[in-house]
Amino acid sequence: MSDDATFEKFKQCAVDVLQVPEDRVVPEASFTDDLNADSLDLVEFVMALEEAFAITVDETELDGVETVGQAYELVVSKL
Amino acid sequence: MSRVVLVTGGSRGIGLACARRFQAAGDRVAITYRTAPPADFGGRAGTHPLFGVPCDVTEPQAVEAAFSSIEAEIGHVEVLVCSAGVTDDGLLLRMGEVRWARVIETDLTACYRTTKRALGPMLKARSGRIILISSVVAYLGNAGQANYAAAKAGQIGFARSVAREVASRAVTVNVVAPGMVATDMLAALSADQIAALSSRVPLGRIAEPDEIAAAVSFLASPEAAYVTGAVLAVDGGLGMGH
Repeated sequence: MSDDATFEKFKQCAVDVLQVPEDRVVPEASFTDDLNADSLDLVEFVMALEEAFAITVDETELDGVETVGQAYELVVSKL
Repeated sequence: MSRVVLVTGGSRGIGLACARRFQAAGDRVAITYRTAPPADFGGRAGTHPLFGVPCDVTEPQAVEAAFSSIEAEIGHVEVLVCSAGVTDDGLLLRMGEVRWARVIETDLTACYRTTKRALGPMLKARSGRIILISSVVAYLGNAGQANYAAAKAGQIGFARSVAREVASRAVTVNVVAPGMVATDMLAALSADQIAALSSRVPLGRIAEPDEIAAAVSFLASPEAAYVTGAVLAVDGGLGMGH
């Protein structure tokens, strides 16, 4: 899957789970500050990514993941 | 409206009584059990037969496998009743590590394991019911049951914490605290002991398992949508005031 297609799929998960408009899902966006996501939203988002990309994310890997870009890098690193 | 219900420890006692209630209401009910399946899976008069899954809830892989099996067979769990429980009594000074750990693992840690596994689909669906079967001894204590009482009390703190975490998704988490109930667990006591204990109950008798199941059924119902983090005592008044 190309980078663009991967990011599109990632973005779709964010739109579906975090209920935010697509144009807000940019690499610099902070989940808590910009996308209004609480900790449960993030857990659900990670679960959706795990399902969509057939990956597993360990709890410890989420430390320090605060932006859309960081989350996307984490997903890509597992593909 | 038929729901998918899972009752752990559903092959006998309170668990089976709960499973029967949901079954009679037309729900699709899965039960896990460790020792032996129930004698009768039911499924007559338009109800669904119980879907039995042998599962030792103290084993993580077994829990995962059980859930996968249930999801494949009847769908995602919408109502989870954690009823699997054991006792292993003894005075603390004579209670070895194994005896302590065994009861904590089965009665408390298994609740963590099954609740965690069931929550994902419930959060996604924005609805769910989780009910833990605790006990009056959680707040009264009972000599010889430090392990059991600790696990039962632990279920309350656990349930309330999770209730706060997932309330925003309309998933409720509640506890039923039975007193003395006519099950195999109580049958381990002598007739004299049971009589002595019954006399301390304001209502003067021990409960039938179905009386506990009735409370569970209410908490699982749509009518209980505004009840979360509650401890519903069904103990004949034994634990009154706590």
